[in-house]
Amino acid sequence: MTVRLGVPSKGRLMEKTFDWFGARGITLSRTGSDREYAGAVDGVEGVSLILLSAGEIPRELAAGRINFGVTGTDLVQEKLPLWEQQVEPVRELGFGFADLVLAVPMAWVDVETLDDLDAVATAFRQTHGLRLRIATKYHRLVREYLRHGGVADYALVDSQGATEGTVANETAEAIADITSSGETLRANHLKVLSDGPILRSQATLWRSRNAKVTADERQVVAELVARVEG
Amino acid sequence: MTSPSQVLARAAALRAGFEEAGAQVVETPVLQPADTLLDLYGEEIRARAYVTSDALRGEQMLRPDFTVPVVQMHMADGAEPARYTYSGEVFRRQEHDPSRANEYLQVGFEVFDRANVAAADAEVFALFAQAVAHLKLRAATGDIGILMAAVRGLQTSDARKAALLRHIWRPRRFRGLLDRYAGRVRPSEQRIALIEGKAAPCKAPLIGRRRQSEIDQRIDVLRADAAEPPIAAGEVDLLDALLGVREMLPFAHQQLSDLAMDMPNISGAVSRLAARTEALASRGVDVDALPFEASYGRTSMEYYDGFVFGFYSAQRPDLPPLATGGRYDALTQRLGDDDAAIPAVGGVLRPDLIVQLEASQ
Repeated sequence: MTVRLGVPSKGRLMEKTFDWFGARGITLSRTGSDREYAGAVDGVEGVSLILLSAGEIPRELAAGRINFGVTGTDLVQEKLPLWEQQVEPVRELGFGFADLVLAVPMAWVDVETLDDLDAVATAFRQTHGLRLRIATKYHRLVREYLRHGGVADYALVDSQGATEGTVANETAEAIADITSSGETLRANHLKVLSDGPILRSQATLWRSRNAKVTADERQVVAELVARVEG
Repeated sequence: MTSPSQVLARAAALRAGFEEAGAQVVETPVLQPADTLLDLYGEEIRARAYVTSDALRGEQMLRPDFTVPVVQMHMADGAEPARYTYSGEVFRRQEHDPSRANEYLQVGFEVFDRANVAAADAEVFALFAQAVAHLKLRAATGDIGILMAAVRGLQTSDARKAALLRHIWRPRRFRGLLDRYAGRVRPSEQRIALIEGKAAPCKAPLIGRRRQSEIDQRIDVLRADAAEPPIAAGEVDLLDALLGVREMLPFAHQQLSDLAMDMPNISGAVSRLAARTEALASRGVDVDALPFEASYGRTSMEYYDGFVFGFYSAQRPDLPPLATGGRYDALTQRLGDDDAAIPAVGGVLRPDLIVQLEASQ
Protein backbone atom coordinates (compact mmCIF):
# COMPACT_ATOMS: atom_id res chain seq x y z
CA MET A 1 0.00 0.00 0.00
CA THR A 2 1.05 3.57 -0.54
CA VAL A 3 0.20 6.96 0.86
CA ARG A 4 -2.17 8.72 -1.52
CA LEU A 5 -1.78 12.39 -2.43
CA GLY A 6 -4.73 14.05 -4.20
CA VAL A 7 -3.93 17.00 -6.47
CA PRO A 8 -6.14 19.10 -8.78
CA SER A 9 -6.20 17.44 -12.16
CA LYS A 10 -5.96 20.44 -14.44
CA GLY A 11 -5.21 24.09 -15.01
CA ARG A 12 -3.06 26.60 -13.15
CA LEU A 13 -3.83 25.04 -9.80
CA MET A 14 -2.29 21.73 -10.95
CA GLU A 15 0.78 23.39 -12.50
CA LYS A 16 1.44 25.53 -9.42
CA THR A 17 1.01 22.52 -7.14
CA PHE A 18 3.51 20.56 -9.25
CA ASP A 19 5.94 23.53 -9.05
CA TRP A 20 5.48 23.86 -5.30
CA PHE A 21 6.30 20.18 -4.64
CA GLY A 22 9.09 20.36 -7.27
CA ALA A 23 10.77 23.15 -5.29
CA ARG A 24 10.87 20.71 -2.34
CA GLY A 25 12.48 17.93 -4.34
CA ILE A 26 9.28 16.01 -4.98
CA THR A 27 8.50 15.67 -8.66
CA LEU A 28 4.85 15.17 -9.53
CA SER A 29 3.94 14.38 -13.11
CA ARG A 30 1.06 13.21 -15.21
CA THR A 31 1.62 9.98 -17.06
CA GLY A 32 0.01 8.59 -20.18
CA SER A 33 -2.05 10.74 -22.49
CA ASP A 34 -3.37 14.20 -21.67
CA ARG A 35 -6.86 12.82 -21.18
CA GLU A 36 -5.83 10.14 -18.73
CA TYR A 37 -5.83 11.17 -15.05
CA ALA A 38 -2.85 9.11 -13.93
CA GLY A 39 0.27 10.45 -12.27
CA ALA A 40 3.67 9.59 -10.84
CA VAL A 41 5.70 10.77 -7.83
CA ASP A 42 9.51 10.90 -7.75
CA GLY A 43 11.75 12.01 -4.94
CA VAL A 44 9.86 10.37 -2.08
CA GLU A 45 9.16 6.66 -1.63
CA GLY A 46 5.76 5.16 -1.06
CA VAL A 47 3.57 8.05 -2.27
CA SER A 48 1.14 7.75 -5.16
CA LEU A 49 -0.47 10.62 -7.02
CA ILE A 50 -4.23 10.81 -7.52
CA LEU A 51 -5.49 13.47 -9.89
CA LEU A 52 -8.93 14.77 -8.98
CA SER A 53 -11.17 17.76 -9.53
CA ALA A 54 -10.35 20.34 -6.81
CA GLY A 55 -14.01 20.26 -5.76
CA GLU A 56 -13.88 16.52 -5.03
CA ILE A 57 -10.74 16.64 -2.91
CA PRO A 58 -12.49 17.68 0.35
CA ARG A 59 -14.89 14.76 0.08
CA GLU A 60 -12.08 12.27 -0.68
CA LEU A 61 -10.10 13.55 2.32
CA ALA A 62 -13.13 13.24 4.59
CA ALA A 63 -13.80 9.71 3.33
CA GLY A 64 -10.17 8.79 4.03
CA ARG A 65 -9.66 7.61 0.44
CA ILE A 66 -6.67 9.95 0.14
CA ASN A 67 -4.15 10.73 2.90
CA PHE A 68 -3.19 14.18 1.61
CA GLY A 69 -4.89 16.60 -0.72
CA VAL A 70 -4.36 20.05 -2.20
CA THR A 71 -7.42 22.29 -2.42
CA GLY A 72 -8.75 25.68 -1.32
CA THR A 73 -9.82 26.62 2.20
CA ASP A 74 -13.15 27.75 0.72
CA LEU A 75 -14.01 24.31 -0.65
CA VAL A 76 -12.99 22.50 2.55
CA GLN A 77 -15.07 24.78 4.76
CA GLU A 78 -18.08 24.79 2.43
CA LYS A 79 -18.20 21.05 1.81
CA LEU A 80 -17.14 19.54 5.12
CA PRO A 81 -19.21 19.95 8.27
CA LEU A 82 -16.93 20.12 11.33
CA TRP A 83 -14.00 20.35 8.92
CA GLU A 84 -11.43 20.72 11.73
CA GLN A 85 -12.27 17.23 12.92
CA GLN A 86 -11.92 15.69 9.48
CA VAL A 87 -8.86 17.35 7.99
CA GLU A 88 -5.79 19.16 9.26
CA PRO A 89 -4.03 21.93 7.32
CA VAL A 90 -0.35 20.98 6.80
CA ARG A 91 0.89 23.95 4.77
CA GLU A 92 -0.61 26.95 3.04
CA LEU A 93 0.89 26.90 -0.43
CA GLY A 94 0.97 30.65 -1.13
CA PHE A 95 -1.06 30.63 -4.35
CA GLY A 96 -4.66 30.28 -5.41
CA PHE A 97 -5.54 33.29 -3.26
CA ALA A 98 -9.21 34.10 -3.37
CA ASP A 99 -11.69 35.85 -1.09
CA LEU A 100 -15.31 34.82 -0.70
CA VAL A 101 -17.10 38.17 -0.74
CA LEU A 102 -20.60 39.58 -0.66
CA ALA A 103 -21.18 42.04 -3.53
CA VAL A 104 -24.02 44.39 -4.47
CA PRO A 105 -24.57 46.77 -7.42
CA MET A 106 -22.15 49.73 -7.40
CA ALA A 107 -25.15 51.98 -7.94
CA TRP A 108 -26.42 51.08 -4.47
CA VAL A 109 -24.68 54.14 -3.02
CA ASP A 110 -26.64 53.66 0.21
CA VAL A 111 -25.08 50.25 0.90
CA GLU A 112 -21.57 49.95 2.32
CA THR A 113 -21.83 47.40 5.11
CA LEU A 114 -23.75 44.35 6.26
CA ASP A 115 -25.82 46.73 8.43
CA ASP A 116 -27.00 48.50 5.29
CA LEU A 117 -27.70 45.22 3.52
CA ASP A 118 -29.86 44.12 6.44
CA ALA A 119 -31.91 47.33 6.33
CA VAL A 120 -32.22 47.19 2.53
CA ALA A 121 -33.24 43.50 2.64
CA THR A 122 -36.14 44.32 4.96
CA ALA A 123 -37.28 47.26 2.82
CA PHE A 124 -36.89 45.18 -0.34
CA ARG A 125 -39.15 42.48 1.05
CA GLN A 126 -41.79 45.07 1.95
CA THR A 127 -41.64 46.68 -1.49
CA HIS A 128 -41.36 43.62 -3.71
CA GLY A 129 -43.03 40.97 -1.56
CA LEU A 130 -40.02 38.72 -1.97
CA ARG A 131 -36.89 38.23 0.05
CA LEU A 132 -33.70 39.79 -1.30
CA ARG A 133 -31.96 37.08 -3.33
CA ILE A 134 -28.26 36.33 -3.01
CA ALA A 135 -26.79 34.11 -5.73
CA THR A 136 -24.00 31.78 -4.66
CA LYS A 137 -22.64 28.26 -4.69
CA TYR A 138 -21.29 28.63 -1.14
CA HIS A 139 -24.60 28.08 0.66
CA ARG A 140 -23.30 26.93 4.03
CA LEU A 141 -20.59 29.56 4.39
CA VAL A 142 -22.86 32.42 3.33
CA ARG A 143 -25.74 31.30 5.55
CA GLU A 144 -23.44 30.96 8.57
CA TYR A 145 -21.92 34.37 7.90
CA LEU A 146 -25.30 36.08 7.62
CA ARG A 147 -26.65 34.29 10.67
CA HIS A 148 -23.63 35.46 12.64
CA GLY A 149 -24.16 38.98 11.28
CA GLY A 150 -27.85 38.86 12.21
CA VAL A 151 -29.22 39.26 8.67
CA ALA A 152 -32.43 37.26 8.15
CA ASP A 153 -34.59 38.70 5.36
CA TYR A 154 -32.83 37.11 2.40
CA ALA A 155 -33.01 34.02 0.19
CA LEU A 156 -30.10 32.11 -1.29
CA VAL A 157 -30.40 31.16 -4.94
CA ASP A 158 -28.08 28.56 -6.31
CA SER A 159 -25.61 29.66 -8.94
CA GLN A 160 -22.89 27.27 -10.06
CA GLY A 161 -21.31 29.60 -12.62
CA ALA A 162 -21.37 33.13 -14.11
CA THR A 163 -22.67 34.27 -10.73
CA GLU A 164 -21.65 37.89 -11.41
CA GLY A 165 -24.23 38.04 -14.21
CA THR A 166 -27.22 37.10 -12.05
CA VAL A 167 -27.90 40.65 -10.82
CA ALA A 168 -28.06 42.16 -14.34
CA ASN A 169 -30.26 39.22 -15.36
CA GLU A 170 -32.53 39.97 -12.39
CA THR A 171 -32.35 36.48 -10.96
CA ALA A 172 -30.64 37.87 -7.83
CA GLU A 173 -30.12 41.24 -6.09
CA ALA A 174 -26.68 40.46 -4.66
CA ILE A 175 -24.04 37.76 -4.98
CA ALA A 176 -21.55 35.90 -2.81
CA ASP A 177 -18.63 34.54 -4.78
CA ILE A 178 -14.91 33.96 -4.91
CA THR A 179 -12.81 36.79 -6.29
CA SER A 180 -9.07 37.26 -6.54
CA SER A 181 -8.66 40.72 -8.05
CA GLY A 182 -12.23 42.03 -8.09
CA GLU A 183 -11.88 42.64 -11.84
CA THR A 184 -14.90 40.53 -12.83
CA LEU A 185 -17.01 42.16 -10.13
CA ARG A 186 -16.16 45.65 -11.39
CA ALA A 187 -16.82 44.67 -14.99
CA ASN A 188 -20.28 43.57 -13.87
CA HIS A 189 -20.91 46.84 -11.97
CA LEU A 190 -20.70 45.17 -8.57
CA LYS A 191 -18.89 46.27 -5.42
CA VAL A 192 -17.77 44.38 -2.32
CA LEU A 193 -19.21 45.23 1.13
CA SER A 194 -16.67 46.98 3.34
CA ASP A 195 -16.96 44.59 6.32
CA GLY A 196 -14.23 42.39 4.86
CA PRO A 197 -14.50 39.03 3.14
CA ILE A 198 -16.60 36.12 4.40
CA LEU A 199 -13.50 33.97 4.06
CA ARG A 200 -9.93 34.35 2.81
CA SER A 201 -8.92 31.26 0.90
CA GLN A 202 -5.72 29.90 -0.63
CA ALA A 203 -4.48 26.57 -1.95
CA THR A 204 -3.58 24.45 1.07
CA LEU A 205 -2.10 21.01 1.63
CA TRP A 206 -4.45 19.05 3.93
CA ARG A 207 -3.96 15.81 5.79
CA SER A 208 -6.98 13.56 6.28
CA ARG A 209 -7.77 12.70 9.90
CA ASN A 210 -9.99 9.86 8.72
CA ALA A 211 -7.55 7.88 6.51
CA LYS A 212 -6.33 4.67 8.09
CA VAL A 213 -2.57 4.08 7.85
CA THR A 214 -0.35 1.05 8.46
CA ALA A 215 2.90 1.38 10.44
CA ASP A 216 4.89 1.62 7.19
CA GLU A 217 2.58 4.24 5.80
CA ARG A 218 2.80 6.24 8.99
CA GLN A 219 6.54 6.65 8.35
CA VAL A 220 5.87 7.82 4.82
CA VAL A 221 3.28 10.33 6.12
CA ALA A 222 5.80 11.66 8.64
CA GLU A 223 8.48 11.97 5.98
CA LEU A 224 6.20 13.77 3.58
CA VAL A 225 5.13 16.20 6.31
CA ALA A 226 8.78 16.81 7.25
CA ARG A 227 9.73 17.44 3.61
CA VAL A 228 7.00 20.00 2.98
CA GLU A 229 7.42 21.76 6.30
CA GLY A 230 11.22 22.03 5.98
CA MET B 1 -29.46 2.25 27.18
CA THR B 2 -33.00 3.41 26.55
CA SER B 3 -35.10 1.64 23.94
CA PRO B 4 -37.34 3.36 21.39
CA SER B 5 -40.38 1.55 22.84
CA GLN B 6 -39.63 2.96 26.30
CA VAL B 7 -39.49 6.45 24.82
CA LEU B 8 -42.75 5.93 22.90
CA ALA B 9 -44.48 4.63 26.02
CA ARG B 10 -43.27 7.63 27.99
CA ALA B 11 -44.44 10.01 25.25
CA ALA B 12 -47.90 8.40 25.33
CA ALA B 13 -48.06 8.74 29.11
CA LEU B 14 -47.03 12.40 29.00
CA ARG B 15 -49.63 13.15 26.34
CA ALA B 16 -52.26 11.33 28.40
CA GLY B 17 -51.31 13.60 31.31
CA PHE B 18 -51.95 16.67 29.20
CA GLU B 19 -55.24 15.17 28.01
CA GLU B 20 -56.25 14.74 31.62
CA ALA B 21 -55.42 18.41 32.13
CA GLY B 22 -58.11 19.23 29.57
CA ALA B 23 -56.27 19.19 26.24
CA GLN B 24 -57.64 17.85 22.98
CA VAL B 25 -55.28 15.49 21.09
CA VAL B 26 -54.25 16.77 17.65
CA GLU B 27 -52.11 15.42 14.81
CA THR B 28 -50.31 17.45 12.15
CA PRO B 29 -48.72 16.39 8.86
CA VAL B 30 -44.99 15.60 8.90
CA LEU B 31 -44.50 17.44 5.60
CA GLN B 32 -45.01 21.18 5.96
CA PRO B 33 -45.07 23.72 3.10
CA ALA B 34 -41.61 25.31 3.07
CA ASP B 35 -42.95 28.78 2.21
CA THR B 36 -44.67 29.33 5.55
CA LEU B 37 -41.59 28.35 7.53
CA LEU B 38 -39.25 30.37 5.27
CA ASP B 39 -41.49 33.43 5.64
CA LEU B 40 -41.43 33.08 9.38
CA TYR B 41 -37.83 32.13 10.09
CA GLY B 42 -36.01 33.29 6.97
CA GLU B 43 -33.35 31.40 5.05
CA GLU B 44 -31.73 30.28 8.29
CA ILE B 45 -34.40 27.58 8.74
CA ARG B 46 -32.72 25.68 5.90
CA ALA B 47 -29.76 25.06 8.19
CA ARG B 48 -32.10 23.51 10.78
CA ALA B 49 -34.83 21.73 8.81
CA TYR B 50 -34.69 19.03 6.15
CA VAL B 51 -36.00 20.22 2.82
CA THR B 52 -37.49 17.96 0.17
CA SER B 53 -39.63 18.67 -2.88
CA ASP B 54 -41.82 17.34 -5.63
CA ALA B 55 -42.95 18.82 -8.93
CA LEU B 56 -46.53 19.37 -7.77
CA ARG B 57 -46.24 20.90 -4.31
CA GLY B 58 -42.78 22.37 -4.57
CA GLU B 59 -40.57 22.59 -1.52
CA GLN B 60 -41.68 20.85 1.66
CA MET B 61 -39.96 20.65 5.03
CA LEU B 62 -39.95 17.77 7.45
CA ARG B 63 -41.74 19.24 10.48
CA PRO B 64 -39.06 21.00 12.60
CA ASP B 65 -41.64 21.72 15.31
CA PHE B 66 -45.38 21.50 15.99
CA THR B 67 -46.11 25.07 16.98
CA VAL B 68 -46.64 26.45 13.49
CA PRO B 69 -48.98 23.69 12.20
CA VAL B 70 -50.92 23.65 15.50
CA VAL B 71 -51.40 27.43 15.37
CA GLN B 72 -52.53 27.20 11.72
CA MET B 73 -54.95 24.42 12.57
CA HIS B 74 -56.38 26.43 15.45
CA MET B 75 -56.73 29.56 13.30
CA ALA B 76 -58.49 27.57 10.57
CA ASP B 77 -61.19 25.93 12.67
CA GLY B 78 -60.46 26.04 16.36
CA ALA B 79 -63.05 26.91 18.99
CA GLU B 80 -62.12 29.26 21.83
CA PRO B 81 -60.68 28.80 24.34
CA ALA B 82 -58.69 25.74 23.29
CA ARG B 83 -56.11 23.42 24.80
CA TYR B 84 -54.22 21.02 22.54
CA THR B 85 -51.72 18.24 23.11
CA TYR B 86 -49.69 16.23 20.61
CA SER B 87 -46.91 13.71 20.46
CA GLY B 88 -44.80 13.04 17.42
CA GLU B 89 -41.45 13.22 15.77
CA VAL B 90 -39.70 16.39 14.72
CA PHE B 91 -36.69 16.54 12.43
CA ARG B 92 -33.68 18.81 12.82
CA ARG B 93 -30.63 19.02 10.61
CA GLN B 94 -27.45 18.93 12.67
CA GLU B 95 -24.34 20.40 11.13
CA HIS B 96 -22.27 21.19 14.19
CA ASP B 97 -22.84 18.62 16.87
CA PRO B 98 -23.01 14.93 15.84
CA SER B 99 -24.17 13.96 19.35
CA ARG B 100 -27.48 15.81 18.93
CA ALA B 101 -30.41 13.84 17.56
CA ASN B 102 -31.73 14.78 14.12
CA GLU B 103 -35.06 13.03 14.72
CA TYR B 104 -36.81 12.89 18.08
CA LEU B 105 -40.18 12.87 19.80
CA GLN B 106 -41.81 15.99 21.17
CA VAL B 107 -44.84 16.02 23.44
CA GLY B 108 -46.52 19.39 23.58
CA PHE B 109 -49.28 21.33 25.27
CA GLU B 110 -50.63 24.61 23.87
CA VAL B 111 -53.24 26.96 25.32
CA PHE B 112 -55.22 29.50 23.26
CA ASP B 113 -57.11 31.57 25.79
CA ARG B 114 -57.97 35.29 25.93
CA ALA B 115 -59.44 35.25 29.41
CA ASN B 116 -56.53 35.30 31.83
CA VAL B 117 -53.05 35.47 30.36
CA ALA B 118 -51.21 35.19 33.70
CA ALA B 119 -53.27 32.14 34.68
CA ALA B 120 -52.58 30.46 31.31
CA ASP B 121 -48.81 31.09 31.68
CA ALA B 122 -48.89 29.58 35.16
CA GLU B 123 -51.03 26.64 34.05
CA VAL B 124 -48.53 25.69 31.33
CA PHE B 125 -45.44 26.16 33.51
CA ALA B 126 -46.93 24.23 36.44
CA LEU B 127 -47.90 21.29 34.20
CA PHE B 128 -44.40 21.07 32.75
CA ALA B 129 -42.76 21.49 36.15
CA GLN B 130 -44.89 18.65 37.45
CA ALA B 131 -44.08 16.38 34.49
CA VAL B 132 -40.32 16.65 35.20
CA ALA B 133 -40.45 17.21 38.99
CA HIS B 134 -38.85 13.82 39.82
CA LEU B 135 -35.75 14.70 37.75
CA LYS B 136 -34.70 17.65 39.95
CA LEU B 137 -34.04 19.90 36.96
CA ARG B 138 -32.90 23.50 36.94
CA ALA B 139 -35.67 25.81 35.76
CA ALA B 140 -35.02 29.01 33.83
CA THR B 141 -37.60 31.72 33.19
CA GLY B 142 -37.67 35.08 31.49
CA ASP B 143 -39.99 37.54 29.79
CA ILE B 144 -39.22 38.93 26.35
CA GLY B 145 -42.22 41.27 26.71
CA ILE B 146 -40.40 43.40 29.29
CA LEU B 147 -37.46 44.03 26.97
CA MET B 148 -39.83 44.80 24.09
CA ALA B 149 -41.71 47.30 26.24
CA ALA B 150 -38.42 48.95 27.23
CA VAL B 151 -37.43 49.34 23.56
CA ARG B 152 -40.85 50.79 22.69
CA GLY B 153 -40.36 53.34 25.45
CA LEU B 154 -37.02 54.69 24.22
CA GLN B 155 -36.94 58.43 23.42
CA THR B 156 -36.14 57.95 19.75
CA SER B 157 -37.70 57.61 16.31
CA ASP B 158 -40.20 54.89 15.41
CA ALA B 159 -37.86 53.70 12.65
CA ARG B 160 -35.10 53.06 15.21
CA LYS B 161 -37.45 51.31 17.60
CA ALA B 162 -38.76 49.11 14.79
CA ALA B 163 -35.20 48.13 13.81
CA LEU B 164 -34.32 47.28 17.44
CA LEU B 165 -37.51 45.25 17.87
CA ARG B 166 -36.82 43.36 14.67
CA HIS B 167 -33.47 42.28 16.09
CA ILE B 168 -34.47 41.55 19.66
CA TRP B 169 -33.68 37.84 19.10
CA ARG B 170 -30.26 38.64 17.63
CA PRO B 171 -28.32 40.16 20.53
CA ARG B 172 -25.20 41.00 18.49
CA ARG B 173 -27.03 43.01 15.88
CA PHE B 174 -29.26 44.56 18.55
CA ARG B 175 -26.14 45.78 20.38
CA GLY B 176 -24.60 47.07 17.14
CA LEU B 177 -27.74 49.08 16.34
CA LEU B 178 -27.99 50.42 19.88
CA ASP B 179 -24.35 51.60 19.79
CA ARG B 180 -24.97 53.33 16.49
CA TYR B 181 -28.20 55.00 17.66
CA ALA B 182 -26.43 56.12 20.85
CA GLY B 183 -23.81 57.89 18.74
CA ARG B 184 -21.04 55.56 19.90
CA VAL B 185 -20.02 54.61 16.37
CA ARG B 186 -18.83 57.30 13.97
CA PRO B 187 -20.28 56.96 10.47
CA SER B 188 -17.78 56.43 7.62
CA GLU B 189 -16.54 59.39 5.56
CA GLN B 190 -18.41 57.97 2.62
CA ARG B 191 -21.65 57.83 4.60
CA ILE B 192 -21.22 61.41 5.86
CA ALA B 193 -20.66 62.60 2.28
CA LEU B 194 -23.79 60.74 1.12
CA ILE B 195 -25.93 62.26 3.88
CA GLU B 196 -24.59 65.76 3.25
CA GLY B 197 -25.20 65.39 -0.49
CA LYS B 198 -21.49 65.78 -1.22
CA ALA B 199 -20.82 62.30 -2.57
CA ALA B 200 -19.39 62.05 -6.07
CA PRO B 201 -22.11 60.81 -8.44
CA CYS B 202 -22.01 57.09 -9.13
CA LYS B 203 -21.03 56.39 -12.74
CA ALA B 204 -22.03 52.73 -12.75
CA PRO B 205 -25.37 51.85 -14.33
CA LEU B 206 -28.08 50.62 -11.99
CA ILE B 207 -28.59 46.90 -12.50
CA GLY B 208 -31.05 44.48 -10.94
CA ARG B 209 -34.55 44.77 -9.57
CA ARG B 210 -34.01 47.38 -6.89
CA ARG B 211 -35.07 50.71 -8.42
CA GLN B 212 -33.55 54.18 -8.13
CA SER B 213 -36.63 55.31 -6.19
CA GLU B 214 -35.85 52.70 -3.52
CA ILE B 215 -32.27 53.93 -3.24
CA ASP B 216 -33.47 57.54 -2.97
CA GLN B 217 -35.98 56.56 -0.30
CA ARG B 218 -33.29 54.85 1.73
CA ILE B 219 -31.05 57.93 1.47
CA ASP B 220 -33.96 59.98 2.84
CA VAL B 221 -34.26 57.49 5.70
CA LEU B 222 -30.51 57.77 6.37
CA ARG B 223 -30.73 61.57 6.38
CA ALA B 224 -33.70 61.54 8.75
CA ASP B 225 -31.82 59.15 11.02
CA ALA B 226 -28.68 61.33 10.97
CA ALA B 227 -30.81 64.32 12.02
CA GLU B 228 -32.22 62.32 14.93
CA PRO B 229 -30.50 63.05 18.26
CA PRO B 230 -28.57 60.12 19.76
CA ILE B 231 -30.30 57.91 22.33
CA ALA B 232 -29.17 59.33 25.71
CA ALA B 233 -26.44 57.43 27.56
CA GLY B 234 -28.74 57.21 30.58
CA GLU B 235 -31.35 55.36 28.53
CA VAL B 236 -28.78 52.87 27.24
CA ASP B 237 -27.56 52.30 30.82
CA LEU B 238 -31.12 51.58 31.95
CA LEU B 239 -31.57 49.09 29.12
CA ASP B 240 -28.29 47.41 30.10
CA ALA B 241 -29.39 47.29 33.75
CA LEU B 242 -32.63 45.67 32.65
CA LEU B 243 -30.81 43.10 30.49
CA GLY B 244 -28.58 42.30 33.47
CA VAL B 245 -31.43 41.39 35.84
CA ARG B 246 -30.82 37.82 37.00
CA GLU B 247 -32.31 36.87 40.35
CA MET B 248 -34.86 34.66 42.01
CA LEU B 249 -38.31 35.79 40.88
CA PRO B 250 -39.29 38.03 43.85
CA PHE B 251 -35.95 39.92 43.80
CA ALA B 252 -36.04 40.18 40.02
CA HIS B 253 -39.52 41.67 40.29
CA GLN B 254 -38.24 44.16 42.88
CA GLN B 255 -35.34 45.23 40.65
CA LEU B 256 -37.62 45.58 37.62
CA SER B 257 -40.12 47.63 39.65
CA ASP B 258 -37.26 49.95 40.62
CA LEU B 259 -36.23 50.24 36.98
CA ALA B 260 -39.84 50.99 36.03
CA MET B 261 -39.60 54.25 38.04
CA ASP B 262 -37.16 55.49 35.37
CA MET B 263 -38.66 53.48 32.50
CA PRO B 264 -42.40 54.03 32.91
CA ASN B 265 -43.04 52.14 29.67
CA ILE B 266 -42.20 48.80 31.23
CA SER B 267 -44.59 49.15 34.17
CA GLY B 268 -47.40 47.31 32.33
CA ALA B 269 -45.10 44.39 31.53
CA VAL B 270 -43.75 44.38 35.11
CA SER B 271 -47.26 44.21 36.56
CA ARG B 272 -47.97 41.31 34.22
CA LEU B 273 -44.88 39.63 35.70
CA ALA B 274 -46.30 40.24 39.19
CA ALA B 275 -49.67 38.77 38.17
CA ARG B 276 -47.91 35.73 36.70
CA THR B 277 -45.83 35.27 39.85
CA GLU B 278 -49.01 35.28 41.90
CA ALA B 279 -50.69 32.82 39.53
CA LEU B 280 -47.62 30.54 39.71
CA ALA B 281 -47.66 30.63 43.50
CA SER B 282 -51.35 29.79 43.60
CA ARG B 283 -50.56 26.75 41.41
CA GLY B 284 -48.11 25.60 44.06
CA VAL B 285 -44.89 26.69 42.29
CA ASP B 286 -42.16 27.75 44.74
CA VAL B 287 -41.62 31.19 43.24
CA ASP B 288 -39.03 32.20 45.86
CA ALA B 289 -36.71 29.57 44.39
CA LEU B 290 -37.59 30.17 40.73
CA PRO B 291 -34.81 31.93 38.77
CA PHE B 292 -35.64 34.80 36.42
CA GLU B 293 -33.28 36.19 33.76
CA ALA B 294 -34.33 39.24 31.77
CA SER B 295 -32.29 38.17 28.74
CA TYR B 296 -33.35 34.49 28.82
CA GLY B 297 -34.76 33.24 25.55
CA ARG B 298 -33.22 35.93 23.37
CA THR B 299 -30.98 33.65 21.33
CA SER B 300 -32.91 30.46 20.84
CA MET B 301 -36.61 31.18 21.04
CA GLU B 302 -37.44 33.50 18.24
CA TYR B 303 -41.20 33.59 18.16
CA TYR B 304 -41.71 33.95 21.89
CA ASP B 305 -42.70 37.48 22.88
CA GLY B 306 -43.69 37.17 26.54
CA PHE B 307 -43.12 34.60 29.27
CA VAL B 308 -40.40 32.03 28.39
CA PHE B 309 -39.17 28.99 30.29
CA GLY B 310 -36.87 25.98 30.05
CA PHE B 311 -35.85 23.00 32.18
CA TYR B 312 -32.21 21.86 32.20
CA SER B 313 -30.29 19.03 33.78
CA ALA B 314 -27.64 20.32 36.21
CA GLN B 315 -25.77 16.99 36.12
CA ARG B 316 -25.82 16.80 32.35
CA PRO B 317 -25.21 20.33 31.06
CA ASP B 318 -24.30 18.79 27.70
CA LEU B 319 -27.94 17.79 27.14
CA PRO B 320 -30.34 20.13 25.36
CA PRO B 321 -33.19 21.45 27.58
CA LEU B 322 -35.66 18.69 28.53
CA ALA B 323 -38.57 21.10 28.23
CA THR B 324 -39.02 24.58 26.76
CA GLY B 325 -41.94 26.86 26.18
CA GLY B 326 -43.36 30.32 26.21
CA ARG B 327 -45.92 32.81 25.04
CA TYR B 328 -46.21 33.59 21.33
CA ASP B 329 -49.09 36.05 20.88
CA ALA B 330 -47.58 37.71 17.80
CA LEU B 331 -47.19 34.41 15.96
CA THR B 332 -50.95 33.89 15.83
CA GLN B 333 -51.20 37.31 14.22
CA ARG B 334 -48.49 36.60 11.65
CA LEU B 335 -49.96 33.24 10.66
CA GLY B 336 -53.55 34.41 10.51
CA ASP B 337 -55.08 37.82 10.00
CA ASP B 338 -55.13 40.58 12.57
CA ASP B 339 -58.68 39.87 13.79
CA ALA B 340 -57.94 36.22 14.39
CA ALA B 341 -54.92 36.93 16.64
CA ILE B 342 -55.27 35.25 20.01
CA PRO B 343 -53.00 35.07 23.06
CA ALA B 344 -51.23 31.71 23.05
CA VAL B 345 -48.78 29.93 25.32
CA GLY B 346 -47.35 26.43 25.26
CA GLY B 347 -44.34 24.21 25.45
CA VAL B 348 -42.74 20.89 24.53
CA LEU B 349 -41.14 18.02 26.40
CA ARG B 350 -38.40 15.65 25.18
CA PRO B 351 -39.44 12.13 26.29
CA ASP B 352 -36.17 10.66 24.91
CA LEU B 353 -34.08 12.84 27.19
CA ILE B 354 -36.39 12.27 30.15
CA VAL B 355 -36.03 8.48 29.83
CA GLN B 356 -32.27 8.82 29.29
CA LEU B 357 -31.86 10.93 32.41
CA GLU B 358 -34.04 8.61 34.50
CA ALA B 359 -31.86 5.66 33.46
CA SER B 360 -28.70 7.46 34.58
CA GLN B 361 -30.07 8.60 37.95
